[in-house]
Amino acid sequence: MRPVRPRLAGLALACAMALAAVVVSGHAQAMTKIQRVVSPGGLEAWLVQDATVPLVAMAFAFRGGATQDPADKPGVASMTANLLDEGAGDLDSKAFHARLERNAIEMNFSASRDRLQGQLRMLNEHRDEAFGLLKLAVTAPRFDAEPVERIRAQMLSGLRRESTEPNALAGRAFWAAAFPDHPYGRPPGGTLESLPQVTVADLSGYARRVLARDNLTIAVVGDIDAGTLGRLIDDTFGSLPAKAELTAVADVAAVAPPKQVSVPLDVPQTVMLFGGPGLKRNDPDFMAAYIANHILGGGSMSSRLYYEVREKKGLAYSVSQSLIWLDHTGVFAGSTATRADRAAATLATVEAEIRRMAEQGPTAEELDKAKSYLNGSQMLALDTSTKLAGALVQYQLDGLGIDYLEKRPGIINAVTLEDTRRAAKRLWSHGLITITVGRAQAAATGQPASPPAPKPHAD
Amino acid sequence: MLALAAVLAYVGTARAGTAPTSFALDNGLQVVVIPDHRTPVVTQMIWYKVGSADETPGQSGLAHFLEHLMFKGTARHPEGEFSKTVSRIGGNENAFTSYDYTGYFQRVPRDQLATVMGFEADRMTGLVLKDENVLPERDVVLEEYNMRVANNPAARLGEQVAAALYLNHPYGRPVIGWRHEIEKLDREAALAFYRRFYAPNNATLVIAGGVEAAEVRDLAQKTFGGIAAQPAIPAKRIRPQEPEPAGPRTVTVADDKVGQPSMMRQYLVPAGPTAAKAERAALDVLAQALGGGSNSLLYRALVVDQGLAVSAYAWYQGTAVDPSQFGVSATPKPGVDFPRLEAALDKVIAGVADNGIAASDLEDAKTQLVAETIYAQDSQAKLARWYGAALTVGLSIDDVRQLPDTIRAVTAEEVQAVARKYLTKIRSATGYLVKDTAAVPAEKRS
Repeated sequence: MRPVRPRLAGLALACAMALAAVVVSGHAQAMTKIQRVVSPGGLEAWLVQDATVPLVAMAFAFRGGATQDPADKPGVASMTANLLDEGAGDLDSKAFHARLERNAIEMNFSASRDRLQGQLRMLNEHRDEAFGLLKLAVTAPRFDAEPVERIRAQMLSGLRRESTEPNALAGRAFWAAAFPDHPYGRPPGGTLESLPQVTVADLSGYARRVLARDNLTIAVVGDIDAGTLGRLIDDTFGSLPAKAELTAVADVAAVAPPKQVSVPLDVPQTVMLFGGPGLKRNDPDFMAAYIANHILGGGSMSSRLYYEVREKKGLAYSVSQSLIWLDHTGVFAGSTATRADRAAATLATVEAEIRRMAEQGPTAEELDKAKSYLNGSQMLALDTSTKLAGALVQYQLDGLGIDYLEKRPGIINAVTLEDTRRAAKRLWSHGLITITVGRAQAAATGQPASPPAPKPHAD
Repeated sequence: MLALAAVLAYVGTARAGTAPTSFALDNGLQVVVIPDHRTPVVTQMIWYKVGSADETPGQSGLAHFLEHLMFKGTARHPEGEFSKTVSRIGGNENAFTSYDYTGYFQRVPRDQLATVMGFEADRMTGLVLKDENVLPERDVVLEEYNMRVANNPAARLGEQVAAALYLNHPYGRPVIGWRHEIEKLDREAALAFYRRFYAPNNATLVIAGGVEAAEVRDLAQKTFGGIAAQPAIPAKRIRPQEPEPAGPRTVTVADDKVGQPSMMRQYLVPAGPTAAKAERAALDVLAQALGGGSNSLLYRALVVDQGLAVSAYAWYQGTAVDPSQFGVSATPKPGVDFPRLEAALDKVIAGVADNGIAASDLEDAKTQLVAETIYAQDSQAKLARWYGAALTVGLSIDDVRQLPDTIRAVTAEEVQAVARKYLTKIRSATGYLVKDTAAVPAEKRS
């Protein structure tokens, strides 16, 4: 687990809001050429070869994340991810980190609900060393007592901190409320009760079952050719078991709205999270829904929610809504925050806008502008090798073809006003699952059961 | 290190043809062009040499408030037109405020550069403000304050430590402002501030992307060239300076919503143009070696070897107009009290001041800092931010370009010397974030 360097003291205040969660779009580099590399050993990777900067960035993911946690021990996948770079093979934690830092190799692992994912970035000069260390991390993690206890303490510390953070509390409550009887309702980061129970056997068992060749997805961007990459990924991942042993996860729909959960917390600003059942990535209406959501609450400064809640009424600093798709479900979720005495008015404004979109859909002009934005912004969204590699992994996991970036404008342009109205009606006609965290206004349903939503990561 | 030097030599050669170009218009606007031909995307960032440290006492938060108001339209382009245009062409935009600068940026397809330059030039002097959009925006800023500060005890600790560290310099005021002063900001104050500081001779325009300097020069001349300079704006910013520090300060923030206690300390240290170049680089290396990662001295001692903390960091804010901060922080394990944690932290720092750092730690820290400069080449927006911030605080393009060499030249003696000279308690303010259990019943509401 790599400590994240805190933001510098010269705090810069950004004007607009943080953007939504799972938003993946294209990149101009990718438009030029994505190669499908199949290694001699049969592993596949997507590669964008680009020698402008002498570095290589790799993203990879193993299907089977926190959904594979024992039901009574959420946090096993996350804790495993945090320990993969804390000692492996003949290197203990200190020696492993020394090798990484001596060569300025960046290696990160994390677990989300559906997968354990990793990123590796290195200067070309240290390519063999970087891939060699990665091989040790995924094939021979040690789980020594010192790092296990240290990482456990860090994760517990994070949970204690989150126990009074309104956004974290809202996220946990949302997932718990939306998926009460499904692994998706459990917190991927574990709980204060579960983490102390996690044993080394849990960690190594998870690694043994999940880190395998048949559920591995790889993408690489940078100064490397296909032949070299093929050899490197064989060296790195080739000795993993051929097949993962995953516990089956059922498809599931979020609980039917309306549903309200109120979490009492004595803070001046009330945080509100709202959402409901969404669409899976392979739903025929997905792109229509994506466009309608962009118009309603997407990340730009011109969405309906942004205009009504922030620009017109000055109710909140940020308001946005996004579609989140997982392997076994889809949801839409949005959030905003305002002082306690304006919370009800803010939520009413949000609800009215969502209802209006469900009943009337967007206008033709809004649809045209949204298409224009989504087509044009494709090349902006992934401006670094790391982001591009991450997106190429996501496309593969979503089952989109290697030509998706070329096809995407056609898919967007084919969406009709009728399509967006149908999608809007499907998504937003049923009311909302609403979580409010703040000073008690009305009935509170007690303590939040569970942990944090996947957080959007700013650049 | 030999191998790395070879890589850098290669980078230097490869990028020699694509070095940033800089020129100034007759009205004083400095323009920097950073080539990045990998994508058909261009980034425009304009940096005004005005930040929260330039506010008149009593009007804290004004620089940031004005940043929000800069999106309210001009005589030529009513509210929303700029943002809607950026959105329609598939671009994105944002703005930021800090102690020393206020910046605005858009990232757009290459062929739209002229469009966004036109808009940005227009709002340098054409802003129109009305109470009907100023007052709701003040509510938005107050909600931003609630989100960042009121709801966040750790942020309040940061504010208190800075306020304790700076006895005289405006860096002691939070960028977002003190709440009671934000509440009173208004249209007139914002406009006066705008007229005083927003002018071509007080700005740096950074254009990064697949564009040539000659083309940018033409566009800049066409869009910004006609705006008159304001000779009244001084070339150098003169602010009240700190007296020689006379004693360590401590501050405690107690809040029943602190789930995890922590401590932080800031030292007053030279930065930007007030620091000798070698000292600035030595402080960078010191921060990296002391608390830059899992193998840093503080992490190793406090977290791994002694098991007193769950995390420990160090950082240095070197890009600033005036003397700035070197920070250290640590989060204790349950059951470890602050005196014990702090004694361990002090011991690590004293060790560096008294004995210096090991050759291998020095090399590791330098390698990581140098690598960071190469990794930065991968991000157009990051490069634009590096150059923009550096130039805005009074550093030069060469200062940024030569950073790898400057870092490589740092010696163990220089690192020890800055630790001994600046990391002394007398120059510091230390803050403790604690849960005040006693306050729980008293503060319970409804």
